[in-house]
Amino acid sequence: MSDWKKDVEVLIHQGKISVPYSWTVGSTLSRWYCELRDNGKIWANRCPSCGTVFVPPKAKCIHCYQEPHDWVELPGTGTVETYTIVRYEEPKLHPRKAPFVYGLIKMDGADTCLLHFIDEIEPEKVKVGMRVEAVLEEEREGNILDIRHFRPLG
Amino acid sequence: MEKVAIIGVAQSKYEQNKPETFAEMVYDVTRRALEDAGITKDEVDNVVSVSSDFWDGRTISSMAIQDSACAYGKDITTVEGDGTFGCLYGMMRILSGSFGVTIVVAHHKGTESNMNGITNCAFDPLVERKLGIDAVSSAALQARRYMTKYALKEEQFALVSVKNHGNAMRNPLALFPMEITVEDVMNSRRIADPLKLLDCSPVTDGAAALVLAAERQAKKLSTRKKRVWLLGVGHCSDAYRLGDRDLADTRALKAAAKRAYAMAGIVDPLKEIDVAEVYDAFSYMEPLWLEGLGFCEDGMGCEYLERGYFNFDGKLPVNPSGGRLSANPVQVAGLAELAECVLQIRGEAGERQVGEVNVALAHGINGMCGQSHCVWILGR
Ligand SMILES: [Zn+2]
Repeated sequence: MSDWKKDVEVLIHQGKISVPYSWTVGSTLSRWYCELRDNGKIWANRCPSCGTVFVPPKAKCIHCYQEPHDWVELPGTGTVETYTIVRYEEPKLHPRKAPFVYGLIKMDGADTCLLHFIDEIEPEKVKVGMRVEAVLEEEREGNILDIRHFRPLG
Repeated sequence: MEKVAIIGVAQSKYEQNKPETFAEMVYDVTRRALEDAGITKDEVDNVVSVSSDFWDGRTISSMAIQDSACAYGKDITTVEGDGTFGCLYGMMRILSGSFGVTIVVAHHKGTESNMNGITNCAFDPLVERKLGIDAVSSAALQARRYMTKYALKEEQFALVSVKNHGNAMRNPLALFPMEITVEDVMNSRRIADPLKLLDCSPVTDGAAALVLAAERQAKKLSTRKKRVWLLGVGHCSDAYRLGDRDLADTRALKAAAKRAYAMAGIVDPLKEIDVAEVYDAFSYMEPLWLEGLGFCEDGMGCEYLERGYFNFDGKLPVNPSGGRLSANPVQVAGLAELAECVLQIRGEAGERQVGEVNVALAHGINGMCGQSHCVWILGR
C-alpha cells in the first residue's frame, strides 16, 4: 500500500435505502389471510398425494410438487416445539420491545409449525411442549399480525 | 470428467470497520491470488463474484467491482450466497468447456449495515418478515430444538466457542483470537436464549479469492505443490420456511455430504478426512453439522467434541482457522474455508497447520438455519 494512504482521513458516507414494494400475496395465502381477517379462523391446506397439512398454507406441497387443494379449519391450538427469548432491541424490526418470545408452534391438526410470538406468560416460564392457543387482534388487516400472539392454554 | 484444481488463494485480514472499499478489498485478494498462482490477469477468462446487493447497499453489486476482479473486458457473473456455491459455479463454468482459468472472489462488509435488518429480509415478506425474525433469533430457535431433541446442554455448545477462539490464536487473519473458558461463554451477554454473545460469530469485514483451472491448464500453469484438486462436491437445500422442517434434522446436509463423498470416493469420512472447516456461525452449529457430515451419529456431536475428537490435535481437527466464530464475513465464509483447506493441503498453514493433510473438507451454508448446504472434498 502506498505511503500517502496512511495519512488520509477516511470519510464515512451515511446513507439509507428506502424503496417501496407491493407484493402480491397470491391466491393461497390471500385466502388464508381473508379467513383470518374476516372470520377469525386459522385454516390449513392438505396435499392430496401425501396428506401433509400445511400452515400457513402452501401453493405447492414441498414433498410431492402437488397443489394442496383440500382446506381444513384448525382449532387454533398447538404445542411449543422450540422457542427463544429475544433480549436485544431492534425497534425498526421488532413489533414489540425486548425481552419477548418467538416460538415455533406445532399446530393441532397440521403437520407444520407456525412461527409467532408467545405472550401472556413470563418469558422464563415458556417451555418446550407447552400447550398454547392463538389470540387474535380485534381489528384485523389480513396479515400475520392479525394473530396477536399465542398464550398458554387454559 | 475433467478434474479442476485450485491453483491460487488469497484472503484479507478479517476485521471490523475495514477502511477499504469493496473494490479495494476485491483488488487486494484478486491480485494476491493471481500472484499465488503465478499467473497474470490476461490468463483469466472467467470471473465469478460472490456478493449480495442487500449487504453491499447497491443493486447489481458485482458490476461495481468488475475492474478490481480483473473482469474488465471479460465475463463476470455473480453468486448471491456463500463462497462455497461461488466455487461450484466457477467449476461448472470451467467444466462446460466454455471457460478457462477462473477467479472466484467474495467480499463482505458486515459492519457497514445492520445485520439483523438485512437477515430479516431473507424471510418471506408475506409471512415471517413482519414478525421481526432474523438470523440470530432463528438460529436460537434451532439451537433450542437441537438441545431438546438430544438432551444437550448450553455448556456443551460453549465448548465449541472455547475451542475455535483458541484455535484462532494461531491465525493472524482471525478477528477474535481469544483464550476463553466455558464459564466466559456462559456468562457473556444473553442475546437470544439459549445463545449468548460468545455463541455468536462477530460481524466481520473481509474478502477472499481463489484461482481455479481445469486439469490441462492447471498442470501447465502451476507446480504440483500449488495444485489442490476439487475431488468432490455436493449440495442440497431443505424447506424455506422454518416451520416446514425439523430444525434439528440435517437431511439436506446429509444428502450434500453423501454426494460429495461418493464423487471423491470417501467411504469412512472420520478416517479418510484429515481436517475440516465447518460453518460455525453459531456454536451449536458445529456439532450439528458434524453429525450431518457423518463424522458421528446424530446427537453425538457434543460428546465427540467433549472427548477432544475435533480439537486442534484431535482425530479430526475442525476449524483450526478459528472458524466463523472468530471471523465471519458472511458471503466470504465458505471461500475462506476453501482457502484454508488449500493452505492445509499445501502445508502452508503456518502455526495453524494441523500436520500432514491429504484430504480436507469445506462446508458452506446458504439460507437461514442451514437451509442449503454445499460440501467440498479437496485433496492432492
Ligand atoms: Zn405432498
